[in-house]
Amino acid sequence: MTNPDGEVGMETLTAARAQMEVSLAFHMVFAALGIGMPLMMVAAEALWLRTGQAHYRQLARKWAKATALTFAIGAVSGTALSFELGLLWPRFMEFAGGIIGPAFALEGYAFFLEAIFLGLYLYGWEKLSPRAHLLSGVAVAVSGMMSGVLVVAANAWMQQPAGFVLVDGKATQVSALAPFLSRAWGVMAVHSTLSCYIATGFAAAGVYALGMLRGRRDAYHRSGLALALGMATVAAVLQPVSGHFNGEHTAKHQPIKLAAYEAHFHTTRGAAELIGGIPDEETQTVRFAIRIPKLLSFLAYGDPDAEVKGLNDFPRELWPNVLITHLAFQVMIGCGLLLIGVGAWFWLARWRRREPGRWLLRALVVSSPLGVIALEAGWIVTEVGRQPWVIQGVMKTEDAVTTVPGVPATFFGFSILYLLLGTALALLLRRLATGAPPSASSAEHSMAEVAHAR
Amino acid sequence: MLADLAAGLALVALIAYGVLGGADFGGGVWDAFARGPRRDAQRDAIAHAMGPVWEANHVWLIFVVVLLFTCFPPAYAALGVALFTPFHLVLLGIILRGAAFVFRAYSPQSIRRPELPGRQARRWGAVFGAASVITPVLLGMCLGAVSAGGVRVAGGVVAVDGAAPWLRPLSLATGGFALAVCAYLAAVYLANETEGELRGDFRRRALWAGTAVVAMSALMLPLLRAEAPHLWHGLLSARAAPVLALGVAAALLSGWALWRHRPRLARTATVVQTTCLIAGWGIAQHPYLVYPDVTVHTAAAGEATLRFVLWSTPAGMALLLPSLFLLFRVFKGPSLALADAEERAER
Ligand code: HDD
Ligand code: HEM
Ligand code: HEM
Repeated sequence: MTNPDGEVGMETLTAARAQMEVSLAFHMVFAALGIGMPLMMVAAEALWLRTGQAHYRQLARKWAKATALTFAIGAVSGTALSFELGLLWPRFMEFAGGIIGPAFALEGYAFFLEAIFLGLYLYGWEKLSPRAHLLSGVAVAVSGMMSGVLVVAANAWMQQPAGFVLVDGKATQVSALAPFLSRAWGVMAVHSTLSCYIATGFAAAGVYALGMLRGRRDAYHRSGLALALGMATVAAVLQPVSGHFNGEHTAKHQPIKLAAYEAHFHTTRGAAELIGGIPDEETQTVRFAIRIPKLLSFLAYGDPDAEVKGLNDFPRELWPNVLITHLAFQVMIGCGLLLIGVGAWFWLARWRRREPGRWLLRALVVSSPLGVIALEAGWIVTEVGRQPWVIQGVMKTEDAVTTVPGVPATFFGFSILYLLLGTALALLLRRLATGAPPSASSAEHSMAEVAHAR
Repeated sequence: MLADLAAGLALVALIAYGVLGGADFGGGVWDAFARGPRRDAQRDAIAHAMGPVWEANHVWLIFVVVLLFTCFPPAYAALGVALFTPFHLVLLGIILRGAAFVFRAYSPQSIRRPELPGRQARRWGAVFGAASVITPVLLGMCLGAVSAGGVRVAGGVVAVDGAAPWLRPLSLATGGFALAVCAYLAAVYLANETEGELRGDFRRRALWAGTAVVAMSALMLPLLRAEAPHLWHGLLSARAAPVLALGVAAALLSGWALWRHRPRLARTATVVQTTCLIAGWGIAQHPYLVYPDVTVHTAAAGEATLRFVLWSTPAGMALLLPSLFLLFRVFKGPSLALADAEERAER
């Protein structure tokens, strides 16, 4: 498949990729928060209704406000993405719009429900009964999760296209369920949904840990920390299990990608897993890596002596960027393991009925961005690892890109816009986070409120 | 047939976006032009009216876009190339509008006079107002460009014939028209959702905006005839003319009702008016998606896809419509007077 006008300037392709990357990387943060925050908010409100303790209600309200802020940014940046699919990748959309469309169409309903019930939740504290209010929150949490699961189907289809027959460069006999027929969907949906809970939970935990380090060890902070870490730790422990299935799947269906992110240059039996290290595509070696013999073969195929194909077996022009994918993969795994460690430390201390110590709190503060970093790194592995294809084996990214010359300008413009918005939002969230309610444990007040709400 | 139904569905979604989302842009317009002794009260009323619903209203736009690229992929690709610049500007407007609206709501109040917004909040308010004025103009310009005939598609290659289609007189006029309609919708709704002097303010604004709608349509008629004869004939055809006639009648009725202080009637008439206008445009434009090379039939996706979209609609709407009904009943129903004082106290 070539472009009718022949050459597309390299600059356009680079700029378009960069703009897509910036837009998606930006959106992903808010998508993750939009999936994770509502769950925390609903949990806190349920606890308030059960126990009548005021600090749970305060937590629910605080998290609802954070959700309001991040949801709006998620909604507008997501809108930008759906336009950008056509603006940056018109040939991709011409080919695939009708195929991945059903996933987006269903996602549209999920967005609707999420936006509607968020409106009811945010502005309905006084207008709805406590139970209806809680149920609105549940609807937000469920539809948020569903929108993530559904959009990932579109991406899964790009990793492993299915449900159509290619005739003369055109898709025919397209199945309406094509994006859901991609076998990559299940593993990716589970792994990426878990990643949203991890990213949100640890990010929030850091805020409360910081507050406690500054001496605010009240019920509000302690419960905020426990709720956030409860959600995040469960997800973090499941994540390596889920990620293992992603790896197995990739080994079978995208062996070049696996070889690239494992920096595995030469086909071998009993291949070693590399930890760290800097791959060099020219010399086809990896410097400074720790090797664990046979582990890669075992992880990818469940057999320590299985043969793992190396990059050498594939034409050079089909290699993705080995350095970026390998480093990103290491970052994702590294962050994942660290987070499991910190989470375990917290629950161990709690199980022994110890107050979280200063070192634990410091560790929580430091690890608060790690979940988001792992999430972004994971997407880099997946998306950069798919290159040069935009649809694996079907369409190259360079054939998908627009012919319009202005992309570098829009890329710079949008990057600056997102930078400004991100900064403004961070400042507002900081203000929101540090504005903890003054008296978080006045029990009488809380009981009065319960009575009032009923 | 399937393709026509899908196009009809997209048109219905576009109407919903016009009637609901358009009013949110109009709210921003009146925020930007808030004047007089009740300036802050006007802004409060607008924020209060938009707050719970604007995000749900915004999803209609996403729905239109998704329907377009799912059911008519080549048309979406062609628009992405031909309208690269205006679409990017629209996005800029949408992003700034939405972000500024929530940022303002969560910015601190003035320290010296806590009942007034602080400096930061006022800055975001200015961004919100400006973006709300510019975005509907740009969206209208894009709509005009689709009809104006300057976008040519041959063998998958998109070319622009002559001047940029979105900058032609007809497109510019459509932009102005869209802005006037948004402002009119918002003012009429707000006159329903306020009381006393504030209601008078919005009623007066609605009368101005209504005059602007009439003026813009008078300007558009000769341009349509000169620049887009196919659309002109389509509008006068037996298919579209009755719809448009109903729209004009509703417009007159809404103006009269406003004049006679009957805001509820004015609101109903305004909704009918806007619906008929967009529907009339869509019917007149049929079968073209991008005049003259891309039609509903040449651009249609595979049958299975179209069928999926059409069949999933009743199921989706069965979830969606009751939820929307609940949302509007809770926040736009009769018990509006219940101000949520607590929400304000907590800021
Ligand atoms: C909080 C985030 C997070 C954490 C802690 C992990 N991951 Fe992950 N990973 C993601 C977030 C993520 C992601 C961003 O969500 C990806 C990108 C695509 C996808 O479905 O999930 C992903 C993709 C992804 C892939 C697929 C790459 C591809 O072929 O496209 C594999 C093999 C793993 N992960 C493996 C793991 C393992 C073994 C982990 C053990 C600690 C792990 N991930 C932790
Ligand atoms: C539908 C779900 C999709 C998800 C979740 C997704 C996710 C991502 C993310 C997060 C990145 C940026 C990685 C980073 O942080 O740098 C990325 C990059 C990219 N995406 Fe996707 N994407 C999706 C769909 C698409 C679509 C529809 C296209 C259209 C062609 C696309 C093309 C690209 C390209 C070209 C890059 C840049 C890759 C590179 O730098 O080599 N993606 N994707
Ligand atoms: C794995 C990747 C993605 C996930 C998990 C995800 C998830 C979400 C979520 C949860 C929202 C709701 C807003 C919020 O809570 O902040 C959202 C909004 C949105 N997303 Fe994404 N998204 C992803 C990628 C994409 C891509 C690739 C596109 C478009 C091509 C997209 C389009 C949209 C749109 C249009 C909205 C706005 C909906 C609204 O107004 O409520 N998303 N996304």
